[in-house]
Amino acid sequence: MNRIELTAVSKSFEGQDKPAVAPMSLTIEAGKVTGLVGPDGAGKTTLLRMMAGLLSPTSGTLEVAGLVPDQSLDQLHAQLGYMPQKFGLYEDLTVRENLNLYADLRGVEPSLWPETYHQLLTFTDLHAFTHRPAGKLSGGMKQKLGLACTLVGSPKVLLLDEPGVGVDPISRRELWRMVHELANDGMLILWSTSYLDEAEQCDQLVLMNEGEVLYQGVPDMMTAHMEGRCWLLPGGAHPRHYLTQILQHPSVSDAVLQGRQVRAILHDASDIENLSKALSLNGNEKSVEPRFEDAFIDRLGGASVRHSALAEILPQRSNHESTPAIEAIELTRTFGDFTATDHVNFKVKRGEIFGLLGPNGAGKSTTFRMMCGLLPVSSGQANVLGINLKARSGKVRRRLGYMAQKFSLYGHLSVLQNLRFFSGTYGLKGKERRQRIEEMIHAFQLEPLLAQTPESLPLGFKQRLALACALMHQPEILFLDEPTSGVDPLTRREFWVHINGMVEKGVTVMVTTHFMDEAEFCDRIGLVYHGKLIALDTPDQLKQQVTKASESNLTMEEAFIRLIAKYDEVHS
Amino acid sequence: MIHRLLTLIIKELQSLLRERQTRIILIVPVIIQVLVFPFAATLDVTRATVAILNQDNGHASIELTQRIAQASTFNKVILLHDEPSMIEALDRQSALVIVRFEPSFSRHLAKGDTAHVQLLLDGRNSNSAQIAAQNIEKLIQKFALSEQKHPPKSQLITRHWYNPNLNYQWFVVPSLIALITTIGVLIVTALSVAREREQGTLEQLLVSPLSTFEIFLGKAVPAIIIATGQATIVLLAALWGYQIPFAGSLLLFYGSMTLYGISLIGFGLLISALCNTQQQAFIGVFVFMMPAILLSGYVAPIDNMPNWLQTLTWINPVRHFTEITKIIYLKGAGIDTIMPQLIAMALIACITTILAYIMFSRCFFISLRDT
Amino acid sequence: MQSPIAWRRLIAMCRKESYQILRDPSSAMIAVVIPLLLLFIFGYGINLDSGVIRLGIVAESHNADTHALIQAFDDSPYIEPIVADHRAPLVQQLEANQIRGLVIIPTDFSDRLNRDEIAPLQVITDGSEPNTAQFLQQYVQGAWEVWLTQKQYRLGVKEARPIEVEMRVWYNPAAISQYFIIPGAISIIMTVIGAILTSLVIAREWERGTMEAILATRVTRTELLLSKLLPYYVLGMFAMLLCVALSTGIMGVPLRGSFLLLIVVSLLFLTSSMGMGLLISTITRNQFNAAMMALNAAFLPAVMLSGFVFEIGSMPHLVQWVSQLVPARYFVSILKTLFLAGNLTPIILINSLYLLITAFIFIGLTAFKTSRQLA
Repeated sequence: MNRIELTAVSKSFEGQDKPAVAPMSLTIEAGKVTGLVGPDGAGKTTLLRMMAGLLSPTSGTLEVAGLVPDQSLDQLHAQLGYMPQKFGLYEDLTVRENLNLYADLRGVEPSLWPETYHQLLTFTDLHAFTHRPAGKLSGGMKQKLGLACTLVGSPKVLLLDEPGVGVDPISRRELWRMVHELANDGMLILWSTSYLDEAEQCDQLVLMNEGEVLYQGVPDMMTAHMEGRCWLLPGGAHPRHYLTQILQHPSVSDAVLQGRQVRAILHDASDIENLSKALSLNGNEKSVEPRFEDAFIDRLGGASVRHSALAEILPQRSNHESTPAIEAIELTRTFGDFTATDHVNFKVKRGEIFGLLGPNGAGKSTTFRMMCGLLPVSSGQANVLGINLKARSGKVRRRLGYMAQKFSLYGHLSVLQNLRFFSGTYGLKGKERRQRIEEMIHAFQLEPLLAQTPESLPLGFKQRLALACALMHQPEILFLDEPTSGVDPLTRREFWVHINGMVEKGVTVMVTTHFMDEAEFCDRIGLVYHGKLIALDTPDQLKQQVTKASESNLTMEEAFIRLIAKYDEVHS
Repeated sequence: MIHRLLTLIIKELQSLLRERQTRIILIVPVIIQVLVFPFAATLDVTRATVAILNQDNGHASIELTQRIAQASTFNKVILLHDEPSMIEALDRQSALVIVRFEPSFSRHLAKGDTAHVQLLLDGRNSNSAQIAAQNIEKLIQKFALSEQKHPPKSQLITRHWYNPNLNYQWFVVPSLIALITTIGVLIVTALSVAREREQGTLEQLLVSPLSTFEIFLGKAVPAIIIATGQATIVLLAALWGYQIPFAGSLLLFYGSMTLYGISLIGFGLLISALCNTQQQAFIGVFVFMMPAILLSGYVAPIDNMPNWLQTLTWINPVRHFTEITKIIYLKGAGIDTIMPQLIAMALIACITTILAYIMFSRCFFISLRDT
Repeated sequence: MQSPIAWRRLIAMCRKESYQILRDPSSAMIAVVIPLLLLFIFGYGINLDSGVIRLGIVAESHNADTHALIQAFDDSPYIEPIVADHRAPLVQQLEANQIRGLVIIPTDFSDRLNRDEIAPLQVITDGSEPNTAQFLQQYVQGAWEVWLTQKQYRLGVKEARPIEVEMRVWYNPAAISQYFIIPGAISIIMTVIGAILTSLVIAREWERGTMEAILATRVTRTELLLSKLLPYYVLGMFAMLLCVALSTGIMGVPLRGSFLLLIVVSLLFLTSSMGMGLLISTITRNQFNAAMMALNAAFLPAVMLSGFVFEIGSMPHLVQWVSQLVPARYFVSILKTLFLAGNLTPIILINSLYLLITAFIFIGLTAFKTSRQLA
C-alpha cells in the first residue's frame, strides 16, 4: 500500500485569512515521479510538510504509506525520505560524514555501509569528493549530496521540495535522471518545483495555485488542451516593440520572445484569424507544438501584466552614442592561484540586453561583479559608459542601476521608507524626489503596500519594489544579477515585460540568469565557462552553431549544454 | 553630500527603531541595568548576620553586644556558646563575621589594661566581611573612647565630599551612563554592517554613488544619536528616580560623551569591518566589551590594579568616560580637570576611526570573494 | 511506542556535533579564549582590597606636631601622603581623581594641643568612590591613633588603646583578594561558556535549515537534546579544568576541597547553565537573538546577582528573590567553599540541591518547548 492519500486535507495558519492549503483530496501512487507544480505561495511546501509529519493538518485525513503521520510518526519516519527546500547539509562535515550521520539516523547496518555508499556516490557522481566538506561543494553538488543523504536507507516514500532551485541546468538534469531511476524501482516520489521544464517531464502532475488544486493528471493532457492555440509570429525589425503590441490584443493569453520571433498563445484556436487580421500577418504566422509552459500560464489565467507602466515614465534615451555602454577588455580576476575570470572581452551596445550565462561556479558572477564595480579587477579593464570603473567614481555609479537576486531591500523598513532611502542615496531631493517616488508607486501599484515591510510581501511584490528602487534615478544602464531566481513563471513574465519596456526606451541591460527561456529574451548572450567567455552571439546564432542538419527548433538549454560539451571536448 | 548622508542616517535610525529585535536589544539592557543594578551592585553591607561568642559576660561585653544588636547595619545577631559552634557558624555561612570577647575582656577594661576582641571574617566573602567588620570596629572604638579616662586631645572630623552619605547608588548610577552607552554604540556599529552584508543591502549601497566615507559616517552618526538617547534616559532616571544631584555642566557632559562615542565607534566599526556575520561580530563585541567594562573602574577601582595594568587601561575608552561622568556628575569639575581624559579619548578616537576607515574601505571588496 | 533513546542515533548525533565543534573556530574561541581572558582580568584587574591610597595633607603651619602627624601618615603602609601648604591645589587633585582624600591640619592645631584644648583634624574623602572612601577613613583613623598613642607616650600618659580589635580572615588568613575573587570568576566564566555555547547550537540548526531535515528522521526529542548537551559537556569541562589549573597553578589559589567533588558539582552546574542556553536557543530559533538573550539572561545576572562581588544579603528582598533563579549563585557558593574552606558537606549539599532543581527546570522547559513539529 505504498501511496499517499489525502481526504479533504486543509491547513490554515493563525492570522491568515486564506488557508495555505484549501481542502483537497488526492491520491499519489508509487512507481512514478509526481510533480507538484505551482507559483510561489501556492501551498506546495505546506502540503509536503504535512506529508512528512512536520505540520498537522487543520482538517481532513492524511495517510502516507498506510500510516497517519500524526499517529505513527516514528514508523513513518522510518520509511520516509524528505528533502526540505533549503536542505541543510552540515557544512563543516565532509560528504562522507554527512552520509554517515544519516546512515546512523536511519539505522542502516554498518556492514551495509560500503555497498550503500558506493551505490549512492556512483549514482550522484560524488566519489571524488568524499572527503571534501559539504560547505565547499558547488550548489549543484550540494543538492546531489542532499538527495544522497535523503536516499540513505532506501526510503519507500521520497518527498523533494524544490530540489532544483539555484542549480544550473546541467546539474538539474542529473538530479532529474537520478530521481526517475528511483521511481522505476518502485519508490513513491513527489517532486515539488516551479521550473516548468521539470514539471513537464513528470509522469503525473498536481498543479496548485493559492492552496487549491487546478489540475491533476498527465502533463501531456494539459498541454494537449493547447493544441492549435500556439503560434510563432515573425518579429520583424523590432521584435520587442512588436511583442508589446501583440500582448495588447484581447485574444492573446500570453506572448513571449523567442529569438527574433514572438510566440503567442491564444485564448481560443479560432482567434488566430482575428489576430492575423489585426496585425496583418499575411499568413506568415506558423502554428507550433504547444509547450507545457504555455498550458501552465494559460491555466493560471494568462499573462497578468501586458504593458509596462514603468516604461512610460522613463525618458527616451538616444542610442546613437558611439562609446559602448559596457566594455570588458582582457578582464581578469584571480583569487590566489585560482583564476575566476580569464581574459574576457565583450562590448555591450546602448539599448541592448546582454545576458551572461554559465553553470554554477563558472565565473559569471565574478565577471558581473567586476562590471558593476563591486569587485576590483586583477588585470584588464571594465569600462562602463566609457569610463574605467577602477576608481569607484560616484559620477558613473549615479548612472547605473543594480538589482540582485536577493532583492537587497531593507526587510524591516516600510515600502515607502525603502523608496525614500534609495532615492536619497542617488542624490534625488525635494520635489523631484517626491515626484519620482510617486511615479514608481503608480507604475508598480504599490499604493496599498506603502506601510508594509518588504519582508512580509510575497516574492513578486518584493521583486517589483526592488526594481522600483533600482530605477528611481532613471539609470542608463541596469545590472541584474539573477533577478528571477526562485521566482515563479507568472512573476517572471511581468518582470520581463518591464525590462522589455525599458529597453524600448533605450536603457541598456546586463543580466545573468539560470533560465534558458530568459536567455532567449536577450539580444546577445555571453556564455562563461571555466572563467572564459566560450561563446558570444545572438540566441538564434548560438543555436545555429550547434544544430545538426537533421534538427529544427533546438531549445536554448540544449544549445547551452552542447556548447559546453563542445568546449570540454576541445580542451580535454 | 549632506543630503545623501542625511538619507543614510534617517534610514539607519528607522531600521534600528523599527526592528523589534534591535529595539529589544537597545532597551531591555537599559531597563535591567537601571532598575536592578543600583540595588544589586552595592558594596554596602546592610543586612549582615553577626555571631557573638561572649566568653567574658562582664558589663562591657554585654553592653557592646547590645550596641551591635541595635546597629542598623546588622540584621541578625546570633549568640554562640563555644568555639566549635563558632567554626560551624562560619562554615555554614550562617554568619559573615564572628565577634569573640576574650574571658577577661571586661576585667582588663575596668583595670585600664588593653582588652582584646577578636573578629573572625568569612574569607569566602572577604570584601563584605571586611566592611561589616569595619562597622563593628567603629562601634567598639566609639565605646572604647567613652570608657577612656583621659580622652584624647585631638578629634577626627570626617566629611565625605561629593556623596555625603557614601550612598553606593551615587557611584553606580552615573557609571551606568558610561556602561550603557558603551553597549549601545558597540552593538549598533558592530552589528549593523554585518547585518547589511548578510541581507545583501551592502552591495546595493556600494553600487550607489555613496562614497565609502559617506557610508562610514552614515553608520557613525546614528550610533552617537542612539547612545545620547540612552544616556539621557539613564540621566533622567538618576536625577528623578534616584535623586542624585547633577553638579557639573550638562554641555560639557554631552560634549565629552560625543567624543567618547566617536572613540567607541572606532572600535565598533573595526570589529564590523573584520567580521562577516552578525554572529562573529557579536563574539567580537563580547570579547572587546567584557574586559573594557571590567577594567573601567566600575567593578573595582583602577587604583587597586597592578601598575602595569593601570597603564594599560589608558587605551580603554570606557575607563576615561567612567571617570569623566563621575567627575562631571558628582564633582562638578570643569573642562581643565578632565583634560587628560579628553586628550586620551581623542587620541583613541583618532587611531581607531582611521584604522577602521582603512579596514572599512578594504573589507568591502575582500568580503565579497566568498559570495 | 518508540524508545526515547537509540544509542546508535545518539552516538551519531553526538559525533556530528563534535565534528562541528572541532571545525568551528568560534567554539574554540569561546571555550579557550574567553576563560583565559576573564581569568586574567579577574585575577589581576579586579581587586576590591584597597592597595595604597594617595592622600593629600594640607599643612597650613609647620611644627613638630604637624611633622609627627605627617610622619604617622607616611608610616602607614596603606597611605601615600602628598603634602601641600594650601588647600587649593589638593582640592583640584581630588576633583581630578588624583588623590582620594584630604587631611587638613589647621593653623592652630599645634597651639590648641599645647593649650590642652581639643584640636580637631578635618578629614575629607572622595565620596564618588564609596568603597575607597570607607577604606581611607579606616586607614586615616589608624594612622591618627598611632600618632596619638606616640604623642601621649611622649607626654607620659601611659594609656594605650583600651580595646584592641584583632581581625582574622578565616579561610584566607593573608586576606588575598584573588583567593575569593577567582572561584567567583570561574563560575561566571562557566556560566558564559555554558549558556552562550549552547544558546547558539539549536538556533543554528534552525537557521541553516538542518533542523527540518533532522526532524524528518526518527531522531527523538531526548536524543536531540542529549546530542546538544554531551559534546558541549566535554568542551565545558575542558574549560573548567583549564580554569582550575590556571588558578591553582599560576595564581596560587588553594584548592582545599576534593577535586572529585569539584568535578561532580561542575558537571551539575554545567547541566544547569547549558539547560538555560538550550532553552534560550529553543525559544529564539535565531542565533543573533539567542546570543543577545544569553548575554542579558546569563552573563549580567551571573555578575550582578551571584554574590560573587556584591553581597546578596544586602540587596532588597525582591532582588534577592530574583537571585534565587540564577544558577551561578549556588555555584559561586560551592566553589568558594571548595576552594577556600574544603569539603563542607552541608553547604555543598544544599547548593547542589538547588543547582539540581534549576537544572531540572531548564531542561524540563526545553524538552517541553522542543517540538517534533515545525509550527
